[in-house]
Amino acid sequence: MSRSQFLPILNGQVLPLSEIPEASLEDFRKTIIQGVHDGLRLVCLCADAELRLFAVLAEDAAQQLRVGRTKLVQASFPSITPHCVQANLFEREMAEQYGLVPQGHPWFKPVRFHASWMEGRDAWGRTSIPSPAVMDFFTVGGEEVHEVAVGPVHAGVIESGHFRFQCHGEIVLHLEIALGFQHRGIERALVGGPHSLSLKHAETVSGDATIAHGWAYCRILEGLAGVQIPARSEWVRGLALELERMANHVGDLGALAGDVGFLPTASFCGRIRGDWLNLSAAVCGSRLGRDWLRPGGLRFDLEPELAKQLLPRMARAWEDTQDAIELLWGAASVMNRFEAAGHVDEGQAREIGLVGVAARACGIALDVRKDQPFGPYADHPIEISHAESGNVHARAWVRWLELKESHRFLTEALQGLALTPVDPAPSPLPALAPSSLCVALTEGWRGEVLHLGVTDSEGRFSRYKIVDPSFHNWFGVALAMRGEQISDFPICNKSFNLSYCGHDL
Amino acid sequence: MIHILLSRLRQGHRTLPYPKGLPALPERLRGRPTVDASKCANTTDGDAKDGCQLCAEVCPTEAIMLHAGVPTIDLGRCLFCTECEAACPGGAIHYSGEHRLAVRDREDLIVSGGQEYRLAKALDAELMRVFGRSLKLRVVSAGGCNGCEVDVNVLQTITWDLGRFGINYVASPRHADGLLICGPVTANMEAALRLTYDAIPAPKLVIAVGACAISGGPFFSQAEQRGGAASVVPVDLFIPGCPPHPLTILDGLLRLLGKLGKSA
Repeated sequence: MSRSQFLPILNGQVLPLSEIPEASLEDFRKTIIQGVHDGLRLVCLCADAELRLFAVLAEDAAQQLRVGRTKLVQASFPSITPHCVQANLFEREMAEQYGLVPQGHPWFKPVRFHASWMEGRDAWGRTSIPSPAVMDFFTVGGEEVHEVAVGPVHAGVIESGHFRFQCHGEIVLHLEIALGFQHRGIERALVGGPHSLSLKHAETVSGDATIAHGWAYCRILEGLAGVQIPARSEWVRGLALELERMANHVGDLGALAGDVGFLPTASFCGRIRGDWLNLSAAVCGSRLGRDWLRPGGLRFDLEPELAKQLLPRMARAWEDTQDAIELLWGAASVMNRFEAAGHVDEGQAREIGLVGVAARACGIALDVRKDQPFGPYADHPIEISHAESGNVHARAWVRWLELKESHRFLTEALQGLALTPVDPAPSPLPALAPSSLCVALTEGWRGEVLHLGVTDSEGRFSRYKIVDPSFHNWFGVALAMRGEQISDFPICNKSFNLSYCGHDL
Repeated sequence: MIHILLSRLRQGHRTLPYPKGLPALPERLRGRPTVDASKCANTTDGDAKDGCQLCAEVCPTEAIMLHAGVPTIDLGRCLFCTECEAACPGGAIHYSGEHRLAVRDREDLIVSGGQEYRLAKALDAELMRVFGRSLKLRVVSAGGCNGCEVDVNVLQTITWDLGRFGINYVASPRHADGLLICGPVTANMEAALRLTYDAIPAPKLVIAVGACAISGGPFFSQAEQRGGAASVVPVDLFIPGCPPHPLTILDGLLRLLGKLGKSA
């Protein structure tokens, strides 16, 4: 099966829908299955209200994406999942949203537990609104097997979600994760947009990844409006994204230290994370980078004078960061726990389509900034940080390497921005191209963020799809727990630190 | 071990002296807005009209209402995006660096030109006797974006050291004196939130943190949510923002417990 019907497209590029050939359902399925078999990744698969299906495959080696579409004649189709695990959640999502049944899906359960968006068409034939996490969990039989249920409300300041462990003694045989508690209808809200709240909805997909999602949204609009962003503004956006990465990676490494009882790094990093957040706040007033970007450019610019002021502040934060984190690698008690927990092997990671830090920790050199360059990353490239062993230590180590790489990028950016005058404030965007499709990927601190916008004949969104890295990676947490002690769940979970709200949308 | 001690020396003592002194806040912090009615285009000719509605029109969460032509801002809905400030031709709306925002009554979140902003009053004597020296809170994330949770959590770090005020987050509602709620209360979290509230022994407090927990925030028009904590449980303290700065949250908690002097 050739890939000819899946059109090559660059990250951020726009295609008129008429240029994307409508494949037969059979060809559509085979192209995906064969493509993933050949090493491409299924980064998006979604439906819309008109029974159209869209798929995006990432061909990382060629630095391009491939986009295809088909149209169903009825509200069901043969499931791709038995041949391609990466389709698992996507197909369940299509079923839940539009009542489309993937026939033969081996794990056919809701994703977020909301009512179907299509009145009178429910993939499970339900007539009442579903209750969250009420489903048949995979169970393991046997007298000595017991089940542990955790959540939705957890024992700390943690988002809501439900975890069901099948255990034999201390050992976890299987973990199934039921989410959807944070579902607030973001994708549904974006349809008919862009609205005045659309940028806010993108920023609040996952608040700790405000820039990663906000930027992806801006790029969809800029793509569809045919607007080029000045190079300096792109650099500021890159700086915003790397500051977000610094803050979260520092926080994660501190929290990992806390989970193994190594309090020096935990305490230091809790504070230092704030120092990085405050650098974002110095530019835009918000520690999370709210309202920093706007379609067409920046809402808050980073003037040369401010860049000069931030350089020494950042140097101090980096000095503290290094000092706090280097303690980890020299502490035998930390290394012992990190290395013994949460292994995911590379083969499985590839099969389920892990992305971001979790994938790079399994030796998969995958990073949107390098593979599908966007914004400033073509002119100011970053090196991909990766590790091999796929365990908690590898995920911690990749974060450390990325901190160093982001710090290098940030230093160069601040020095550069200190020498160049700001771009003029962006003017309102022209109308969006009608009947078109745009895909934008960014590399947030967790991993690949994908936004896909499809416009109707008026240039409004008829479909807006968001894929947070957590959507790909939650299954990785379940795999990391297999055969491990249940007492290691906190550290395994933290080493991924996935978003519940990013998954639940 | 020696490396740990040396690091400890290098990192130093970094807990903020707050509330003795105010920590430095970002210069561009978007804090409490003020409305100057005399600059509003609808009043400049002496007679109140409502010809200009630019501020209300650009507000993405319908937080701005015009009363006799003059805008009022509902901080319970406000995302502090400052679009209204940018849209106002006369400069009637200004977002200041003022971080103190917490109130006891929902109506007190309305900022208008004339009235002074009524910050949260301390608990009454009986509740103060029960909670004044030790307040254990159960945090429930009921939808939202995890942004408020991030800055609620940060209060536990050594920078803020929430424990020194007798306030802690606890792992079970049975151990708690109150609920701290973030998020708009999604339909899927309503039952869990109610159960958590019921499991806390009376007397109990409820604190709503962030625009979502007060009004539904950016999701206020979504059918998938209930429009904030008060739709499910009675709320004793409202802390607005999207998300509120950690100092805004701490200020609210300390105000409730009467731990802030007049100057802070």
